[in-house]
Amino acid sequence: MKTWKKISLALLVLILAAIVGLFVYKSEYKANPNFGKESAFFQNHQFRLGLDLSGGSHLVYKADISGIDPSQVGDSMNALRDVIERRVNLFGVSEPVVQVEGGSFISGNEQKLIVDLPGVTDVERAIQMIGQTPLLEFKTEAPAGAAQNATVGPDGKVNIDISSQFVQTELTGRYLEKATLEFDQNTREPRVSLQFDETGTKLFGEITKANVGKMVAIYLDGSPISTPVVRQEILDGQAVISGNFTPTEAKQLVGRLNSGALPVPINLLSKQTIGATLGESATKAGVKATVIGFLFIALFLIVWYRLPGFIAVISLSIFVAIMLALFKLIPVTLTAAGLAGFIISMGVAVDANVLIFERVKEELRLGRSIADAVSAGFSRAWFSIRDSNTSNIITALILFWFGTSLIKGFALTLGMGVLVSMFSAITITRIFLSVCTLMKENKFTRFLFSSGISK
Amino acid sequence: MFIIKNKKIFIGVSIVLVLLSVISLSVFGLKVGIDFKGGAITEVAYDVDRPAQEEVNAAFSGLDFGSVLIQPTGEKGFIVKSRDVNDVEHGVLLNTLTLGGRFPLKEVNFNSIGPSIGAELTKKAIVAITLVSLAIVLFIAYAFRKVSRPVASWKYGVIAIVTLLHDVLIPVGLFVIMSHYFGAELDTLFVVAVLTILGLSVSDTIVIFDRIRENLRNLAQSKTIDFKEVVGQSLEQSFVRSIATSLTVILVLFALFFFGPSTTKYFALMLIAGMFFGTYSSIFLASPLLVTLQEWQDSKKK
Repeated sequence: MKTWKKISLALLVLILAAIVGLFVYKSEYKANPNFGKESAFFQNHQFRLGLDLSGGSHLVYKADISGIDPSQVGDSMNALRDVIERRVNLFGVSEPVVQVEGGSFISGNEQKLIVDLPGVTDVERAIQMIGQTPLLEFKTEAPAGAAQNATVGPDGKVNIDISSQFVQTELTGRYLEKATLEFDQNTREPRVSLQFDETGTKLFGEITKANVGKMVAIYLDGSPISTPVVRQEILDGQAVISGNFTPTEAKQLVGRLNSGALPVPINLLSKQTIGATLGESATKAGVKATVIGFLFIALFLIVWYRLPGFIAVISLSIFVAIMLALFKLIPVTLTAAGLAGFIISMGVAVDANVLIFERVKEELRLGRSIADAVSAGFSRAWFSIRDSNTSNIITALILFWFGTSLIKGFALTLGMGVLVSMFSAITITRIFLSVCTLMKENKFTRFLFSSGISK
Repeated sequence: MFIIKNKKIFIGVSIVLVLLSVISLSVFGLKVGIDFKGGAITEVAYDVDRPAQEEVNAAFSGLDFGSVLIQPTGEKGFIVKSRDVNDVEHGVLLNTLTLGGRFPLKEVNFNSIGPSIGAELTKKAIVAITLVSLAIVLFIAYAFRKVSRPVASWKYGVIAIVTLLHDVLIPVGLFVIMSHYFGAELDTLFVVAVLTILGLSVSDTIVIFDRIRENLRNLAQSKTIDFKEVVGQSLEQSFVRSIATSLTVILVLFALFFFGPSTTKYFALMLIAGMFFGTYSSIFLASPLLVTLQEWQDSKKK
């Protein structure tokens, strides 16, 4: 390769690395003081922190699929996930994760639903909101003369049990297509407008036709919230509930109605809450360990391997920038275990450099010129690098498969680290080193390329 | 050649350490955490000051939370270990800790794992460890398929497995001792540590075996090969790089142990032990064993 080509290639790598680094910096609000002014692209690419770093709740449900046709299990679980996701979104959690974990040959045919709620530390409330199924029922007046349950209160008033006044109809929230929030044009009161699906529209039409002039009671979760009088048959399948809602209540009701009933019953298997302060201190500790780990390696490389060591540190910096950018772009949910995987991958990343530099040193001892020694070092070290990385990749793959979410985080960061390091420690180091071999060969440069205690 | 000459001493050190680990494992046993057996851990921090531990113990004595273990943590907190709890029981548990509202508190961390999840994780862990070991053995067999003179390639594999066992058993023994004296519990991260040690330590052994392989290949034309000589020479050529590659990983692990999150401290310590003994074994155990095996093989021929 010609001299100018080598130099321009090295410059190109530096420029690209700077762009990657700039992206990481700009998209992190803790590092970037002007984060608020950055474009949406940067704002949408912050690090995604796992629950153990951000604080929050982790819930594992078991889905009861005994009543479901085996061929329908997949669809039902997806429907279940959608419903839970809609419910979770209702309480305004940022970036909730709802995922289905299907059966494997180890767990049998068990289907699980995993819900991660970052920032939610009131786990009881979260469980309640997830489990809540709004039950919407339409009831019609009981025929005259039907038995009525009446009790005489302590104050002498007669209380007629309202539930005996109405009889169940087939129409329930199951036939609801969608609910919307609207405001009464005259009173400005919030109300909930319902649109039934085809079957619901038919049922509603029959009910209203048979009950013109009578009351139809709308029950929510077993208690009547509105008892309008039917004026005429309604054929378009639209109904309005105007209870005495506050706007927030009405909004929540709409959300709950739209999220619908659970297609599969679920049971809570395990739950975990991590307090926000605990998560924050874990994050700080993780960042600190990463920085110090980096400095340790940098110090070792420069002291032991001199000029090539310095170049390995540059490659390692580029490795870190690429990894951080990948964490943001993929995105990878970072956990304490994931950070550990990343930190270890920094150590593994320079392994390839160590193997190469030791080879270069040997070739120099054999009396080769610097340029020859460097190129021989790269080609001879390749087999060792490949073999030793293969075993790490095997472990990472199996761990990823083994994974609970925490372990997957570790396997993913370690595996990615090993793969990216094959590129950074070999290709990038080679580009920079080839520029350095342009230096004149003398005692001093030979010293720079040697290592350890040798002169 | 120093290492090969004194191979009996180095192999002896390894045997003693492995024996110590096995003994401590059988005497102390592994303390299994809630990840695998199910149960609940609740960590609370009191707003003002924590009540006396006896008082809290007394409050729990009448309740059905299994064998409750209460440990003080930080300046004004407790960690409570109990059987797994449902929503209602969780509320009762927290309320009990406030001693009827007298000691207001905040929940810092709560984890409840049902026994079925624990059982599943145990199965998964066993399968994963088996799979990783199997995959690594296959990989070694593949990598050394072309080396057969004077030691058959499968023997490299066997020795790699022996060193792997050595590299895993010693950190496990260390963990058992930590778990006995400092209360560390076998959790998911422990399994990850074991699997990671498997991967890292084998890569270290491979670096040296690779060198032996290369040197043997260069000598393929010559009629007589002094295997001992070749191994000793290969060791001399590669022990610096073997130590250097492990050192970089051990350096970051030290950073993780001293400055990292508390959840990964034992994990880091186990890996440090794994890396250290992994390096030791690839230099002082694997190659001496290889020579011993070859000598034994020769003496049988005669």
